[in-house]
Amino acid sequence: MNPALRETLVTAVTLLAFAVVGSALLAATYALTRPQILASEAAERRARIAETLPAGSFDNDLVRTARVLAPDPLLGLDRPAHYYLATRQGQATAVVLEAVAPDGYSGDIRLLIGIGRDGRITGVRVSAHKETPGLGDYIEAAKSRWIHVFDGRSLTDPPASGWKVRKDGGQFDYMTGATVTPRAVVAAVHRALQYFEQHKDRLLAVPSHVQEQSHDRARNP
Amino acid sequence: MIAPATRELIVNGLWRQNPGLAQLLGLCPLLAISNSVVNSLSLGLATTLVMMVASASVAVVRNLIPHEIRIPTFVLIIAAAVTVVDLSMNAYVHPLYLVLGVFIPLITTNCIVLARVEAFASKRSTAASVLDAAMMGLGLTLVLVVLGAVREIFGKGTLFSGLDLALGPAARDWVVTVVPDYQGFLLAVLPPGAFLGLGLIIALKNWIEAIRQARRGTPAPVIQPAA
Repeated sequence: MNPALRETLVTAVTLLAFAVVGSALLAATYALTRPQILASEAAERRARIAETLPAGSFDNDLVRTARVLAPDPLLGLDRPAHYYLATRQGQATAVVLEAVAPDGYSGDIRLLIGIGRDGRITGVRVSAHKETPGLGDYIEAAKSRWIHVFDGRSLTDPPASGWKVRKDGGQFDYMTGATVTPRAVVAAVHRALQYFEQHKDRLLAVPSHVQEQSHDRARNP
Repeated sequence: MIAPATRELIVNGLWRQNPGLAQLLGLCPLLAISNSVVNSLSLGLATTLVMMVASASVAVVRNLIPHEIRIPTFVLIIAAAVTVVDLSMNAYVHPLYLVLGVFIPLITTNCIVLARVEAFASKRSTAASVLDAAMMGLGLTLVLVVLGAVREIFGKGTLFSGLDLALGPAARDWVVTVVPDYQGFLLAVLPPGAFLGLGLIIALKNWIEAIRQARRGTPAPVIQPAA
């Protein structure tokens, strides 16, 4: 074999070998950490959902009784998502909807929106976002109290014209430096309230078996 | 007594050739994340860990890598190390992982990691390479923490806020409110604060160097950024 070809081959095989070893290492790490990552995410999710509800307002396992909601533009969903029904002694007290604000500064902002049976917001939390750290991330409850501006609000409080950030003539405060982010969140929460208003009977209906994963009844009203 | 060669590596990493102050490498994450002590410390330590793993791996296999493909191979090794750290942090320190988010994968593109691998680990013994990576990483972490502290005090009037995300709920009470009822100074928290703060810290280092040189009676060397 001519030396140039030989050298090329050795180089290619070396690079391939490194790629294979690297991939194997990553596959092993992935397999090892996967269960722990899923467990962490589930615990995180359970805690995050509970944060959107008043303490003591439910006595069911929210994650276990999660049901599936068909995609709906009002929730910004392009695929089925979960919603969680909070019940106390078999009576529905509130629902927690998963919603997406598609118009964040950098991509989707995923929200959990708790709405009491009277139509008032019990709490909103951001479950995932890619907003600028240190700038748009004040929508996280861990970073600031901003997200509490929604507590107790409803479709009529403020009226539709007030469901905007102050800069756009609405009633919601925002922090200087990042307006796009809160604007997207305010609009998404407003749409979720409209969705709740349209579907509240179905959303608040307690299924005969609370555990059932009722895909059918969650499809379309 | 520390061997002179070891001492040299320590002094280079922490002070003389400090990545943040003298080499001016790896500034992208340094400027982006350094708005609080906790973020700075966490990302600094994650970067240090990646540098040590990457430098050790490269030093071990340095004689197997053909010269022409050394850069792709180094990048592959660094990317693998970063992904392992990324997955491990996601699994075992989940709350912190949620905070640092996008910055962990970005360690791959931090040029200080590749710079130390190329300039040091590809030519020296494994032990020396690991020490060099550790010291360079700690040097960067130190600068990050100082810059984070300055920006957090001026920007938010606190120190160590969010420490519970890294160390568990017990650390929630460790937040030090330096200035009570502080209204916040946005410039310090936003990117310009990072540039101004880093500039001031570099000036301070050069000033200290100048004074030390003057005592020895020789003119201070002008510090040039690498590349």
